[in-house]
Amino acid sequence: MRAGRGPRSGPRPARPILSVMDPDGELLHRLRSGDERAFVSLVERYHEPMLRLAVSFVPSRAVAEEVVQDTWLAALRGLEAFEGRSSLKTWLFRILVNRARTTGSKEQRSVPVADPQPAVDPTRFGGDGGWSDPPEHWIEAAERRMEAGKLADRVRAWLGELPARQREVVLLRDIEGMSSEEVCAVLALTEGNQRVLLHRGRSRLRQLFEDEFREVR
Amino acid sequence: MKLLHRRDLVCQQAVELVTDYLEGSLSRSARRRFEAHLAGCPHCTEYLAQMRETISLTGRLEPEDLTPQMRDEFTDLYRRWRSEQQ
Repeated sequence: MRAGRGPRSGPRPARPILSVMDPDGELLHRLRSGDERAFVSLVERYHEPMLRLAVSFVPSRAVAEEVVQDTWLAALRGLEAFEGRSSLKTWLFRILVNRARTTGSKEQRSVPVADPQPAVDPTRFGGDGGWSDPPEHWIEAAERRMEAGKLADRVRAWLGELPARQREVVLLRDIEGMSSEEVCAVLALTEGNQRVLLHRGRSRLRQLFEDEFREVR
Repeated sequence: MKLLHRRDLVCQQAVELVTDYLEGSLSRSARRRFEAHLAGCPHCTEYLAQMRETISLTGRLEPEDLTPQMRDEFTDLYRRWRSEQQ
């Protein structure tokens, strides 16, 4: 043993990094072979995102927490059978959505995807279809407020107010960074419907940013 | 007065195409029309920039960290699963 390299003292580094570079195969191997740190880092990465998504499907945060807990159990039980035909992440979120849908099925979810709601209030356009009340500039102000840590909570609240299906798509695409294919697989949507929901959700958020910075002037 | 070409987009139509444009799902001719509209319309150019900014700001929301108690719970969960496996 080399000098100065005695038995490990003190805790191991608290947070095993599950980097995006970590290929699923490697992670799966660690999970199956009993590496509990691999599991905890998987939970750290996906627990909160899954919770945020689950809240869309069920009546309360408490129920959502149960659904996510169940999902982790189901994931562990299904780990041996997982064949890697989708990414681990897509697989996890699908388990979650299936469970959440069963649990939250009493909620009215048959809202048509292609609602006619426009991206921008029609009264902001003139009779020729051109802007009469054009978008107000807010990008720099929003950047400053985000940098100061004073905007994220507002954005979280706005997300919570989006219609559930729009919120689900925006969460997975713009926060989780999933591809449109992955989102379609997780939420059982067609490409076209996924895009409509994404468009409605993002357009609504843009409007909320504009409103927010119009008010503070 | 500028005459509108029959195939020209108006702003109210352009804002509905922003996501398709960003997703790369417009046909080549539709994309050309959209870009031609932007080139002559500062308001829609601003609108597109705001949609990009919206995506960027939303994407900066961070998942909250697990509490130490939750880390312990999940470690236990995993250990129980392992012991069931053996």
